[in-house]
Amino acid sequence: MHFSESIFAQRFGITQQDLERYLSEALSQGGAYADLYFEYLSTSAISIDESIVKSASQGVSLGVGVRVIAGERTGYAYSDDLSADKIRKAARVAAHIAKGPATVENVSLNEGQRRNLYPVGTAPTETAFSERVELVKRADRAARAYDPRIFQVQASYADNLRQVMVASSDGVLSFDRQPLARLNVSALARENGGPPQRGHAGGGGRVELSFFLNEKTPEHFAAEAAREAIVMLDAVDAPAGEMTVVLGPGWPGILLHEAVGHGLEADFNRKGVSAFSGRIGQQVASPLCTVIDDGTIANRRGSLNVDDEGHATQRNVLIENGILRGYLQDKLSSRVTGAAETGSGRRESYAHIPMPRMTNTFMLAGESDPADIIRSVPKGLYCVNFGGGQVDITSGNFVFSASESYLIEDGKVTRPVRNASLIGNGPEALKYVSMVGNDLKLDEGIGVCGKEGQSVPVGVGIPTIKIDRMTVGGTA
Amino acid sequence: MRGNGYADLAADIVQQALAAGATDAECTVSEGDEFSASVRLRELETLKEAGSRAAGLRILQGRHTGSAYTSDLSADGLRHMVRSAMELAEITSEDPHAGLPDPSDLGSVAGDLGLYCNDVEHLETELKIDTARRAEDAALRTDARITNSEGASFDTHLGSRAFANSRGFAGQYRSSYCSLSVVPVAREGESMERDYWFSTARGFAGLEKPEDIGRIAAGRALRRLGAVKVETRKVPVVFEPRTARAVVDHIFDAVHGGAVYRNESFLAGKLGERIASENLTVIDDGTIPGLFGTSPFDDEGVPTRRTVVIEEGVLRSYLLNTYTARKLGLKTTGNASRGLAGNAGVGNGNLYIEKGAATPEQLIAGIRDGFYVTELMGFGANIVTGDYSRGAAGLWIRNGELAFPVSEVTIAGTLQQMLLNLEAVGTDFEFRGSMAAPTLVISEMTVGGR
Repeated sequence: MHFSESIFAQRFGITQQDLERYLSEALSQGGAYADLYFEYLSTSAISIDESIVKSASQGVSLGVGVRVIAGERTGYAYSDDLSADKIRKAARVAAHIAKGPATVENVSLNEGQRRNLYPVGTAPTETAFSERVELVKRADRAARAYDPRIFQVQASYADNLRQVMVASSDGVLSFDRQPLARLNVSALARENGGPPQRGHAGGGGRVELSFFLNEKTPEHFAAEAAREAIVMLDAVDAPAGEMTVVLGPGWPGILLHEAVGHGLEADFNRKGVSAFSGRIGQQVASPLCTVIDDGTIANRRGSLNVDDEGHATQRNVLIENGILRGYLQDKLSSRVTGAAETGSGRRESYAHIPMPRMTNTFMLAGESDPADIIRSVPKGLYCVNFGGGQVDITSGNFVFSASESYLIEDGKVTRPVRNASLIGNGPEALKYVSMVGNDLKLDEGIGVCGKEGQSVPVGVGIPTIKIDRMTVGGTA
Repeated sequence: MRGNGYADLAADIVQQALAAGATDAECTVSEGDEFSASVRLRELETLKEAGSRAAGLRILQGRHTGSAYTSDLSADGLRHMVRSAMELAEITSEDPHAGLPDPSDLGSVAGDLGLYCNDVEHLETELKIDTARRAEDAALRTDARITNSEGASFDTHLGSRAFANSRGFAGQYRSSYCSLSVVPVAREGESMERDYWFSTARGFAGLEKPEDIGRIAAGRALRRLGAVKVETRKVPVVFEPRTARAVVDHIFDAVHGGAVYRNESFLAGKLGERIASENLTVIDDGTIPGLFGTSPFDDEGVPTRRTVVIEEGVLRSYLLNTYTARKLGLKTTGNASRGLAGNAGVGNGNLYIEKGAATPEQLIAGIRDGFYVTELMGFGANIVTGDYSRGAAGLWIRNGELAFPVSEVTIAGTLQQMLLNLEAVGTDFEFRGSMAAPTLVISEMTVGGR
């Protein structure tokens, strides 16, 4: 779709000349770069609890953010009103980060090459509610039918359609239509009146509603949530201390997101405050590890045609055979350091300043048979599902919480263990990776990454890997 | 700002919903102006300034609900919002407990709650930048090992929130907020550590001195340098006030009415039972003037109040909105909370652990071998089971003194045991947000390390 067909041109009557004028206004005080980010976001959400569809909501928010860069300084203002008066006022406020006469002459915009990684004709947000409400009802029924010990089920479905337009003083003009949908199921199990256990599952992506009807159905997520809750009924205390840890494929890739991903974001490295600062070209992982951040995978939750600064996303090699290769750049960092842009500038909404962020972060498959990896461990922990994680990018310490894991005893997966956190240090942890499986899997599409108060959707992935040494935070 | 106009607008929207056929309706209108200045290595880094407004509506059609929100407050935008909410009531289920609060429960706390300081309105941009610069400068000057910084930030927010419903409630209040924070980075040899400190207040005059904030932040980063990982062992664990707040947060999750009626809290069904040591008393009070958890009414028009949640170890009350109270056969505690749209959730007022008798120094002096936790990481608290396992950093206590820094370890146990094993509570209590706790001593937890 072209600018002229966009909602901003059609419904709000914004012309290319308007955009050029706003950018000139933003640069009128001597700024070196300016951009405009227009956003029209439609969202809806439906949830079921106790087999009752208790809540359904929908809404619209729209606005424009104006950014001006002068040296390493950023001025930012936004408006939730797309009238010319309000946009020009925001442009003038942002302009004042610079002091001096205008240095950028006329701005002229050009629409770049287009591609569509999520060719979604009808976004889920645009389909009938009567179809979408069935997803949570089916999930509720399926989770309850899975096992009589399931006594409580909650399911929620949420989708949105984000229409964005970026115009920059570099001449970039891009429009994108970004659909996103997710279904989540949480189930509680209890045996003979004992203490309950919870299981959860979910997924989605930049997909049509048919994804939930044909590929990953409500029954799939419901069975997964119920299975996890039932498994945990038999959980024993988790072990404590350093041991061998095997991560299963898929969502456990959150390890990469926390251990290396955040530490490789260029803002931290430009400022020299990351544990990975100044380490390009150094060994930061075992030679078995190649870590990629790729915003171009079709229909994935973390993918984008263009980042939130109008730059096409791409496949970035972060770590290649254990050697640190590059950082994730946004416009400001690449301007300041001279590094090439990587299509990693993202923001939560028009009210937020872009930052370098991850898209879909994963480790390439290795050659080991996952079964051999388990067999090689005399005593350790096998983690197949996780809750959230967090990292302190300066010390490099990161933590993530295992929600489903098992003891490995004499090369066999034995008993499930209670929830435990795993902790490690980013530049060190992956040096202990001694086997990488041939079973790379991406997660099902549930990731939300938070940084400095901004949340964006992301993906992760990993094959089965063996880490010879990691601290497990149990009690036994 | 529109003054009291937003309460009128909310009431108008409620009338529009009734005219469109809703049985009942409730509407929130909020407006905010934000400003942020950040400085790094004494240079201005970012200036951000903007305002926004939005409205949210929830309607009932019998016992079916539907919700919608919009940032378009034009007549067309509002009509669209009403239609959107009505449309959704057709797909939700009949819920016998759905509905607005009983009219007798509606109301507002009288008097000035000190939520708005007008000194925030007229601050010069240069003063705001300079305030951030002074705080960072003080951090950078503290010690030669403070070699870098993630900067200092000064933020303000001026907001207005209005709420009206079809049972005759209409109210509005303004609030203001200022905060100053600094994140210095310390380095010595191969060890690099950051930490932060901050001050928040309703008005500019209420902020602590920028130089004090900078020095405290620097001191916190410096004392982490050269941290080591300790051997895995079971020891007493001391939470300083900043990390003790996280314990309050877990208690909140466990007494949250929604978690209780679904039986997904380890405290469900335990009202009146001893669930903690006698040293633990937890209060929620949404009426304390000037604090960040204070408001005259909750997000469904019920007055806030003081609720004793845990009294000397005995669970006395859950925190409830109208819906969760009805599910449990109890009365609302005035803790309804929501963004703009949707069914109300449960939020805390000012939720705190009452202070004890000993100073933090006295508490530490009594411990031969233990872990003083200054930072927690991750999300490892399971409210369903009480299983607790989080990443931690801090200082090792040896022979009653803070001896050396520790990092890359975990602390683990269960929330049930942590509450029962709460051996002592400090005197050092202050609010830096809507949750607060003094220093807490837990007699034994597992520290996971080497």
